[in-house]
Amino acid sequence: MPAAHKKTITFNVNKIRADFPILKRRIGGRPLVYLDSAATSQKPRQVIDAIRRYYTEYNANVHRGLHRLSEQATVAFEQSRDKFAQFIGAKTSKEIVFVRNTTEALNLVVFSWGRANLRAGDHVLLTEMEHHSNIVPWQMLAKEKGIKLDYARIDDDGILNWDSFNELIKEKPKAVSLAHVSNALGTINPVKQMAREAHEVGAIVVVDAAQSVPHMPVDVADLECDFMAVSGHKMLAPTGIGVLYGRYDLLDHMEPVMGGGEMIREVHLQSARWNDLPWKFEAGTPNIEGAIGLGVAVDYLSRLGMENVRRHEMDVTKYALDRLADVKGLALYGTRDIDKRGAAISFNLGDIHAHDLATVLDTQGIAIRSGHHCAQPLMERLKVPATARASFYIYNTKKEVDILVRALESARKMFKI
Amino acid sequence: MSRDVYKETILDHYRHPRNYGDLPDANAQAKEENVLCGDVIEMQLKLSGERIDAVSFRGEGCAISVASASMLTEFSKGKTVSEIMKLGKEDVIRLLGADPGPARIECALLGLEVLKEAIGMRQGTKVP
Repeated sequence: MPAAHKKTITFNVNKIRADFPILKRRIGGRPLVYLDSAATSQKPRQVIDAIRRYYTEYNANVHRGLHRLSEQATVAFEQSRDKFAQFIGAKTSKEIVFVRNTTEALNLVVFSWGRANLRAGDHVLLTEMEHHSNIVPWQMLAKEKGIKLDYARIDDDGILNWDSFNELIKEKPKAVSLAHVSNALGTINPVKQMAREAHEVGAIVVVDAAQSVPHMPVDVADLECDFMAVSGHKMLAPTGIGVLYGRYDLLDHMEPVMGGGEMIREVHLQSARWNDLPWKFEAGTPNIEGAIGLGVAVDYLSRLGMENVRRHEMDVTKYALDRLADVKGLALYGTRDIDKRGAAISFNLGDIHAHDLATVLDTQGIAIRSGHHCAQPLMERLKVPATARASFYIYNTKKEVDILVRALESARKMFKI
Repeated sequence: MSRDVYKETILDHYRHPRNYGDLPDANAQAKEENVLCGDVIEMQLKLSGERIDAVSFRGEGCAISVASASMLTEFSKGKTVSEIMKLGKEDVIRLLGADPGPARIECALLGLEVLKEAIGMRQGTKVP
């Protein structure tokens, strides 16, 4: 496990909350209760200040200028890559490709690795609980190449059906691509076990870690995954920066998807040679402020310790599951087993449409997500058009859960459930 | 602002939608879906020339889309086609008695969209 995850300090939620300026906001006269961190996290002043410092003190393009500003910007940009590599246990920073978000990271795998390595008739194994970003790019490639997509089933409690997975592994898929933690149900998939089985049949393993890396210790070597996709904005960093982790030997053999500046070593009129890893995949001026912000976000989370982050979230999530279960007419989706789930809870209250519920809660200053959570196949599987989702992070408290429960009780009365 | 959306009249139309079901002698109909909420509203009309004699609707969705469709069926009965075709966002807000805000206005407008589409389809065809 990387050193970053081991450090322990006392987890002081009030002290953490003081770092997030937005949490002082009031919505319609009530304090903001932000329960939508699975969509995007709020940002601490440390990250906001770092971005301001970049623009006020050393704004310049990276890897180009020989002047002082460019040198400083390049160092800060590359240090963030180093920090992230350490954070997820990558062997080298060359395995960390900066992208916009998880979606772009997954698309890069599909359209570089997939396009070069998959042939008509090849199978790719996904699960029923995938986010659209881990379905649609594969469908696009399927159209182009004639590959076949299989989906491992989930049980009614949102846990992967192991028999179904084992059955589909017999098809000898070339790739197994799955969410580490479901954004809609919170289910934590047994990635390590699945990766073992996948590797035994020669598949590569792609992990959508958008909902895991921000919330728990994640180590790519321990999980034995070949690619991992992460979004910065769900882990305290700005929007527009994300990471594709890829095993060095795999990335090294892959072709870039985008061409342009930064990604080349030399260009002639009729040909060009690619730059080294990871810059081969980073055409054009990158999101410099985003990468710098991500580095500071990683520092912030490392100081807290990811074990502590996970423990805090389990504590709040368990409390929320218990309180929500007591709300009359409330249907909870996903497992109640706290060891098998993250901090996102999907539910419906009676026959109130999730969007109506979200609008009613908004009037009480409570921000939740409602809808299909970019996982329509999962919603079809659950046989619901939409769900409401409350998701927690380092700054959420049990008191906020109480506010949510009180608001749900009043919504229940309002709609006469 | 949005709180008003869930006032008694709207919730009443949601819980007890008016003119709900099939219209046996309908001569125009349309159906639309709101992708945001997954709401589906279908309307059936009985038109006598320019006049709307009867309207019914069916469908499912959020309170705002159902209440708005229900209120529209009451409103449009006896009105002329050109009166309905002139209706816009502000009229629907007036009918609801509340502005659902930019995030939910599409829900409120779904019923009107379906109603206009039904009229349009009827008028596009040759009515004897």
